[in-house]
Amino acid sequence: MESISNIKRIHWIYQLKIVKLILLSHNGKKPMSSSTLNQPEVAATGKKGSVVNDIVIQIATSNGSGSQSANNILLRSIFNMGVPVSGKNLFPSNIQGLPTWFTIRASKDGWTGARREIDVLIAMNVESVVDDIRDLRPGGMLILNSELKQYLTRTDVKAHIVPFNELVVQCCPEVKLRKLVTNMIYVGVAGFLLSMDIEEIKKSIDKQFKTKPKVADLNRNAVTVGYNWASEHLVNDHDYVIERDHKTEGKILIEGNMATALGALYGGVTVVAWYPITPSSSVCENLIELLRHYRHDPDGKATYAVLQAEDEIASIGFVVGAGWTGARAMTATSGPGISLMSEFAGLSYFAEIPAVIVDVQRMGPSTGLPTRTCQGDIMKAYYLSHGDCKHIVLIPGSVQECYEFAMESLNLAERFQTLVLMLSDLDLGMNNWMSDPFKPPTKDMDRGKVLTAEDLDKVKQFGRYADVDGDGIPYRTLPGTKHPKAAFFTRGTGHTAAATYSEKAEDWKVNMDRLAKKFATARGMVPAPVIEHQGKGDVGIIAYGSSDVAVKESLSQMKAEKGLEATYLRIRALPTCDAIRDFITSKRVTYLVEQNRDAQMASILRAEYPELAAKLVSVLHYDGMPIEARTISDHILKFEKKA
Amino acid sequence: MSATTAPETPAPAKVPAVNRLGLAQAVYKGSPSTLCTGCGHDSITNQIIKAMFELDVEPHHVAKLSGIGCSSKTTAYFLGQSHGFNSVHGRMAAVATGVNLANSNLMAIGVSGDGDTASIGLGQFLHMVRRNVQICYIIENNGVYGLTKGQFSATADKGSLQKKGDSNEMFPIDCCALAIEMGCEFVARSFSGDYKQLCTLLKAGLSHRGTAMIDVVSPCITFNNHEGSTKSYKFAKDHEEALHEIGFVSSHEPITAEYEEGTTTKIELPDGAHIILKKLHRDYDPSDKANALELLAKARDERLFLTGLLYMGKGQAPMVEQKNLVDEPLATLPQSRVRPSPEVLAQVMESLK
Ligand SMILES: Cc1ncc(C[n+]2csc(CCOP(=O)(O)OP(=O)(O)O)c2C)c(N)n1
Ligand code: SF4
Ligand SMILES: [Mg+2]
Repeated sequence: MESISNIKRIHWIYQLKIVKLILLSHNGKKPMSSSTLNQPEVAATGKKGSVVNDIVIQIATSNGSGSQSANNILLRSIFNMGVPVSGKNLFPSNIQGLPTWFTIRASKDGWTGARREIDVLIAMNVESVVDDIRDLRPGGMLILNSELKQYLTRTDVKAHIVPFNELVVQCCPEVKLRKLVTNMIYVGVAGFLLSMDIEEIKKSIDKQFKTKPKVADLNRNAVTVGYNWASEHLVNDHDYVIERDHKTEGKILIEGNMATALGALYGGVTVVAWYPITPSSSVCENLIELLRHYRHDPDGKATYAVLQAEDEIASIGFVVGAGWTGARAMTATSGPGISLMSEFAGLSYFAEIPAVIVDVQRMGPSTGLPTRTCQGDIMKAYYLSHGDCKHIVLIPGSVQECYEFAMESLNLAERFQTLVLMLSDLDLGMNNWMSDPFKPPTKDMDRGKVLTAEDLDKVKQFGRYADVDGDGIPYRTLPGTKHPKAAFFTRGTGHTAAATYSEKAEDWKVNMDRLAKKFATARGMVPAPVIEHQGKGDVGIIAYGSSDVAVKESLSQMKAEKGLEATYLRIRALPTCDAIRDFITSKRVTYLVEQNRDAQMASILRAEYPELAAKLVSVLHYDGMPIEARTISDHILKFEKKA
Repeated sequence: MSATTAPETPAPAKVPAVNRLGLAQAVYKGSPSTLCTGCGHDSITNQIIKAMFELDVEPHHVAKLSGIGCSSKTTAYFLGQSHGFNSVHGRMAAVATGVNLANSNLMAIGVSGDGDTASIGLGQFLHMVRRNVQICYIIENNGVYGLTKGQFSATADKGSLQKKGDSNEMFPIDCCALAIEMGCEFVARSFSGDYKQLCTLLKAGLSHRGTAMIDVVSPCITFNNHEGSTKSYKFAKDHEEALHEIGFVSSHEPITAEYEEGTTTKIELPDGAHIILKKLHRDYDPSDKANALELLAKARDERLFLTGLLYMGKGQAPMVEQKNLVDEPLATLPQSRVRPSPEVLAQVMESLK
């Protein structure tokens, strides 16, 4: 029990780098719910005091019990009723047995980031039930498996006790399937208690099991059993109501890793190497599916190759070998894989070979919480390898950008003949996010400066590392080019502009300076930062990656609660550019929100703009759970002395 | 043979000054070697030049790949008109795998050392073999780390002495035996000073479909050429036991040239070339895997190395063929071939609504 309560216990640690103020709030307990959340209002289907379309539902089950598809049905049904929604899966590093939680947040305002107050709890797991019930907000609604009713000690929540094990016998004669079907029954019960349209739930089932009508039947039946039993035995007080809305029309629900895979597909990736690691595996798994469907010629031959490597050193080796040969090559991994790839990363930088690594960030080394999220690889990715090394890093802040940046990574890698890292994270990569549908690329693939045999005919001489255009980016030729000038020798050791071996001090320095110039060119060509919200005052917020939704929600919270109107800039790539410097300069103070302990982006910005160091105040979150708006608001308001 | 020079083999009279492409042998040279004069690796370089010349290889068709070490440097010393990649210590196997995937039309030649392959790179080497990557992979085996000045590698013989006098107490790793275990279908061993055999094996290896590995005992005259070392010139010369004499005939020359009924075994190479084995003192059948492994084990016990084509299987498709790729190199497929239509995206989007 101890370890489980540790997993769920919530720590907020706000660390201020400059003011050295460390505030440990809430002492490991949940914060009291804020009065501004869940503002009661009159609902059409409800009553005065109902909470409508602003509900966090947590479903506690055990890993391997097959709850995933039931949870997705509930999520999809809310989405199909037009209510903005997100689904976050908190799962253990285990195949079967340990507790797992799925959290659905329905938010009429479109706040799909994390929120920790649980309004509705579906408690199915004996292992975690004590903690789960403890964490339910006062006045919350509990759907409890009758087998677990002895654990109900709280009187300040509204409990509905459901004999799932009896109900499942009614609708599922097959003993083996009962565990699975039970999950669908709680969807039915929840559907009734949340005043949902059961037809919408059935539609979602039909969609999910389109190709398996028998399974669809079984599930539809189970939902009906749950819904009907609830309507006969339970009283719906309309405390929490999911009401039809129109805010999801035309939208899609997608996981970031699927979006990344789609980006790679449309980016024209031709060689994919990988070694499985949570939370990045589904990038390649999805990509393999997509490639299989959409990248075979009519005669069945493939226009791509995917290879599962023996480790991450080999994966990046494949990518570098393929990139050198001219393929658009990528790999996906997570922190431990990045560490193993570091030597090749340096070679890619120094010998100037295109390569793309997608890093879906998780915590720690070795197993180190593989199923929790963080932004802890920023610094490592930027400076990966040895000697003087800096890489282009793209940081998507949404599923849409996972798609766009995966595509752009392949372009930039070839344009700059170097390693490009795309930094996603578990929250973005493995959870369900709402988005506008992705648009087909408007830009052609950028293959960079490659000289063909015909080109070589026209040039006087070809120097592989010569800066012909003054942008620091040299020209290359691909192996197999039939021309006497085409060949060159690639090496990690010192080389001249003509790619000949050199250990001369000046040759080394000249080359390093050109690489720096190339990097300076990249500053203007990587995705620029965006002002996501223009406030009125002199307070700035900078964030990046999956913190985006939480920051946006926090902005509205701070305005509503204390009238604080900050301006928010989102960094989308490294290297940095003048716009970031100018933003910080123009503000009295800039809060830099990060999901890591060591203020990694702040360190990079302070190194780039030492004169602005004192204007940055870090808001740090690093317990493995996605950052939530409250964390950011509390911190900033406290610092602004408005709390 | 001299231990201080590495002369080129004089061309046999019947080889013309230019090959069928009209190229002179000098075209197959690279930049001048910077290795120690007399290093076994330079002799191997010379035989690679000769083999490529005699095979009429178009230089632009070749990708020269290597790891890190004195041996790995040598890819700069041959085929100056081919692209070369001196990559990462012990990781050339992975680079070669990527090169194969990106452009399977290239002829990949890999040069590695015993440290590069059997120490730091053992895992990647075995996985490359297991995948049957299309490459002729040469291990220039001197039993030491030449470039870092004489430390033991994983192929150092038990009982061999380092320059400073330390002795190695571990058994050496036999890359040939491991490669056979892993399913490699062309496994040979030679000696850098045996030009004729080496050149023939190189030509056969370069013509093989899939991974061909040739372990070439190549004395390091600076750090491992002294009494007590089994990879010294003297030791190698005295303890070499050739399995058979090999004549290689590429497909455009008359196959019958060296073929003598009753005394030869003819092996068909998948690309139409043939290799003819002349048995010397035993009825050696290179298609007998178990026998090859047994002989290697015995040779290790007797501290002698067998040279020749140790094992040759046939049939396993190279990695790229298993992948059923389009005929053109993936590397240069145009956008129209690799970017699905907007309709496909719309369809995927619809399924996510
Ligand atoms: C990751 C890494 N570790 C260590 C080295 C140093 N190093 C360079 S070459 C070499 C050994 C080379 O031995 P071998 O492959 O047998 O080649 P040889 O010089 O004997 O031909 C080592 C250890 C390196 N370059 N990279
Ligand atoms: S140190 Fe040994 S292996 Fe290296 S070049 Fe000299 S002789 Fe050859
Ligand atoms: Mg060596």
